[in-house]
Amino acid sequence: MPTMNVLEAIRDAMFIEMRRDPSVFVLGEDIGARGGVFLATHGLIEEFGEARVIDTPLAEASIIGIALGAAVNGMRPIAEIQFGDFIWPGVNQLVGEAAKVRYGTSGQRQAPMVVRVAQGGGIRGGLYHSQSVEALLVHTPGLKVVAPATPYDAKGLLISAIRDDDPVVFLEHKRTYRLVRGDAPDGEYTEPIGKAEIKRRGDDLTVVTYGMMLHYTLQAAAEVSEQDGIEAEVVDLRTLRPLDTELVLESVRKTSKALIVQEDTPVVSVASEVAAVIADQAFFELDGPVRRVTPPDIPPMPYSPLQEAEFMPSSDDIAHAIRQLAAV
Amino acid sequence: MDYQVKLPHVGESVVEAVIGEWLVEPGQTVEKYDPLVEIVTDKVAMELPSPAAGTIKKILAAPGETVAMGVPIAEMDADEVPEEEESPAPLDELDPDPVQPDRIGTLVQGVNMVSLGSMFKDDSAPEQERPKPEAPPAADRPVRTGISPVVARLAAEHGIDLASVSGTGLGGRITRKDVLNAVRAGTAEQVSSGDPGDRLVVQSPAKKLTASHMLRSWREIPHAWSAIEIDVTGMVECRNANRAPVNARHGVDLTYLPFTLRAAARALAANRLLNTTWEGDAAYTRARINLGIAVAGKDGLYVPVLHDADKETLVGIAKRTLVLVEKARTGHLELEDMRGGTFTLNNTGALGSVFGGAIINHPQVAILTTEAIVRRPVVVNSDGVEEIVVRSVMNACLSFDHRVIDGAEAAPFLQEFKAQLESVSADSPVQ
Repeated sequence: MPTMNVLEAIRDAMFIEMRRDPSVFVLGEDIGARGGVFLATHGLIEEFGEARVIDTPLAEASIIGIALGAAVNGMRPIAEIQFGDFIWPGVNQLVGEAAKVRYGTSGQRQAPMVVRVAQGGGIRGGLYHSQSVEALLVHTPGLKVVAPATPYDAKGLLISAIRDDDPVVFLEHKRTYRLVRGDAPDGEYTEPIGKAEIKRRGDDLTVVTYGMMLHYTLQAAAEVSEQDGIEAEVVDLRTLRPLDTELVLESVRKTSKALIVQEDTPVVSVASEVAAVIADQAFFELDGPVRRVTPPDIPPMPYSPLQEAEFMPSSDDIAHAIRQLAAV
Repeated sequence: MDYQVKLPHVGESVVEAVIGEWLVEPGQTVEKYDPLVEIVTDKVAMELPSPAAGTIKKILAAPGETVAMGVPIAEMDADEVPEEEESPAPLDELDPDPVQPDRIGTLVQGVNMVSLGSMFKDDSAPEQERPKPEAPPAADRPVRTGISPVVARLAAEHGIDLASVSGTGLGGRITRKDVLNAVRAGTAEQVSSGDPGDRLVVQSPAKKLTASHMLRSWREIPHAWSAIEIDVTGMVECRNANRAPVNARHGVDLTYLPFTLRAAARALAANRLLNTTWEGDAAYTRARINLGIAVAGKDGLYVPVLHDADKETLVGIAKRTLVLVEKARTGHLELEDMRGGTFTLNNTGALGSVFGGAIINHPQVAILTTEAIVRRPVVVNSDGVEEIVVRSVMNACLSFDHRVIDGAEAAPFLQEFKAQLESVSADSPVQ
């Protein structure tokens, strides 16, 4: 199995699907000759040409709106939002329109589109290049929201997203792009949307997480195992909507304790929803409070390195929270 | 190298065992086959030999704990890799979808996040620069020492009085594991719904194992019964005549038990069908006659085995039986003493019983009780004249597995047993 980073896995998935299906095309800012600011679309324009690799103006409402129009008319667009921080002008197209197509047309129309969003902090991006935008999207019925953390999952899930008949928001954590290297198979394969995965087994407590935080959580879990003999089970959500509540509950029923780790701020977030599901459906299995590790409930990501580091949950923060919850 | 000592599989129907005393402690050096720990399995206490030479690092299973076969009970630093015994993984280790580490990937250090010159460099190095969070004061967010939902539910389900459980959680809180341990150990006082003063019957580990074995025998075996009356006047006279000389010559007190064991062995030799045991769905008539002897041990019922009883003299049977009974009463039976029984004899007469219907000792197919010897008026035929005389009479009751043995096949065995005992007289040779 070849080794690649997350960025290469995403690029590989797009090459495979564009070769396989002529209705797949990409659009976004700087994605053509530049190959995207992160180089996710590097090489696509050379192979597929300007008709299928479309550079757009800096206008997110148009990017998502054009993708939606193409999707309801039978194409399978992949729109790239260069930085999640700038998705907001396009939210009306996504939340207000794309999410409602299937329901609003009694199933006569579908919107098989993917919106790839580069998001997340810890890269010295400051206020406007570091945000996590999932909460609003995960809240919206009619959307699917995927957040892979590894090359294997990124490639298999992006292929699934492109083939899905509903709008899928594909959240790519910028810090994983080049930082996370792992194995991913050659050629096409799919990973199911809506299925979480246990990335580490343990029976003392369950840690539910996704995105870049998966890797910090795994570091923390290894540390507390070695130093304290605490065995944390780590559930990687992979898909944020629909949530794989079944696997989360199965794990919590085994361990009786749950910690949720996310990079997004805490209020009305993925962590809130996971905590609510656990409280609702596993109450009589709980042997401790359901806890969350999140940034403080404030607007930034700060630009200053020290403040940025303080804002972002670290593996030390997670290890600390695991030790506390295990000791309850 | 690191090696986990697992609870081995010691018998086909045995799935778990109770951990007894540990005979080694962490840090201790052991040779291969040195005894590590006592374990109580289905009616046997045995010592587990070390699978390799090395140093014991950690003990994983506490005395009194019930452990499934194949579960690690200790960690050792072994000088060589012991040969693994094939054993099925315990249920909670079965993992249909093992996590593949290469699917998670590793973190590369010091890479540019993007290709935009100095922007977005990974120079924040947050883990290195940040001070580690200090050890929590008491708790960041204090947890009240209360009863958690799962603890409340488990306590209710298992009828456990939480006042009798000591907590190991924060501030002495009772955790889920504490309740599960209490359930497992059976130490928690269970509360009856009956009258005040009703007391819980505390089952010893041996009794619990016997209970499940009995339940299995009763559930699986279609029992049938037959009983016979035996005139043992001659046996009583023979025993009384030889008791002192045998004691003087061999140092054993001659009881009636060796007589009945010898008679049973001979009757089995003539009626091989009763000397049968099950292996899964198939029953096999056994070449060796190994008599189980039911003994009340210090904490429950034990059935040590007198192997090849048919090849032994009366005094030999007496000597070996004495050793087995003594071991059973003092809890020193070894696995070898318990293995391979093909038929069981239960001397309920010692307790004054005159009739019984014993439960067959699975996987055997028959069990015989010898009842109390009583003086009774009996009609005897002496040279064509019937007369009433006082004789010593003993009942023998046979329970048999009706899948293997019919009444017509049980009867000749009982008749032979009777004939063997009635042929003994005061002047029979005893050696």
